[in-house]
Amino acid sequence: MWSDLVASPLFGITLTLVVYLLAQHIYKRLNSVWVNPVLVSIVTIIILLKVAGVEYRDYAHGGDILLFLLGPSVVALAVPLYQRREEIWQRKRPILIGIFAGSLASIVSACGLAWALGGSREIILSLAPKSVTTPIAISIVEKIGGVAPLTAAIVVLTGCLGAVCGPEFCRRIGITSPVATGLAVGTAAHGIGTARMFEVDRLAGAVAGLAIGLNGLMTTFLLSFLMAFMGY
Amino acid sequence: MVRGLTLLLLFQLCGEFISRLFDLPIPGNVLGMGLLLCGLMTGHVDVKWIEEAAELLLSNMALFFVPAGVGVMVYGDLIAAEWLPISVATILSTFIVMAVTGKLAQKLESPEATDVE
Repeated sequence: MWSDLVASPLFGITLTLVVYLLAQHIYKRLNSVWVNPVLVSIVTIIILLKVAGVEYRDYAHGGDILLFLLGPSVVALAVPLYQRREEIWQRKRPILIGIFAGSLASIVSACGLAWALGGSREIILSLAPKSVTTPIAISIVEKIGGVAPLTAAIVVLTGCLGAVCGPEFCRRIGITSPVATGLAVGTAAHGIGTARMFEVDRLAGAVAGLAIGLNGLMTTFLLSFLMAFMGY
Repeated sequence: MVRGLTLLLLFQLCGEFISRLFDLPIPGNVLGMGLLLCGLMTGHVDVKWIEEAAELLLSNMALFFVPAGVGVMVYGDLIAAEWLPISVATILSTFIVMAVTGKLAQKLESPEATDVE
């Protein structure tokens, strides 16, 4: 009786919405980046599912419906880009160079650190596209020979980290321009970072959205070039 | 609202179609974003048609990531097996990317475009 209710989309969607609204409420009350609503919601839902003994695939019947809306949301990123096109076009050089440098820095630092700490070949390769939006990261990792589910998990964790710490970190190291902040968080933390930047500043959000697409493209090309160069 | 959502889905579908047709490494939603931007720039799509729907989705985008994050629970064992290189590389690299991109972009921006606080 209960199992088919838990497996219905109603359960997953309602659970996610209720937890998310509560997390947002806490976020507004405490006003601290550490209680980022996405991160708090993810942790709370995982704990609740584990405690109640609910399988992830049952939750996913509802969760996947919310996840589906990510697709049209990415398409919708064209709207702020169009609305702020003049400001963005004026800064095309810092934007393109900044994203390219970030893409290269991500591959080199993630793989280099994992290698230095004795990570296996699969782990190193799975980390390579960690700052890229999930669908592109998966197609990259399948091509270069990493573990796709591991990459998916790392990408989400990276996104949460960037969203939680990004704007504050940028301010502390002296990045004050909204364009530079949006680029930094969008390049490092893809869609989750972009969602956070839209809360801070419209222009920063628009630039972060642009960084999702461009970083995905640059990382795809950089990695196929590096893999060929290193003879993999 | 319905018209806006329909257009967004239509552009995503076109993106998916092109991505599959040419076997591109770029996912359909990112191509859809590019196509919609082209449509807006060339004046074939009026921004008024999609503004409202886009705003609704973008202002709640963070919510749609929650189920993806919950999916991490399935790979707990995989992460636990090599947690040290994974966590150190993920955390440090994220900060390195933000510092490199942000600092470089800010330096390259013209001084008058920079918002000095």
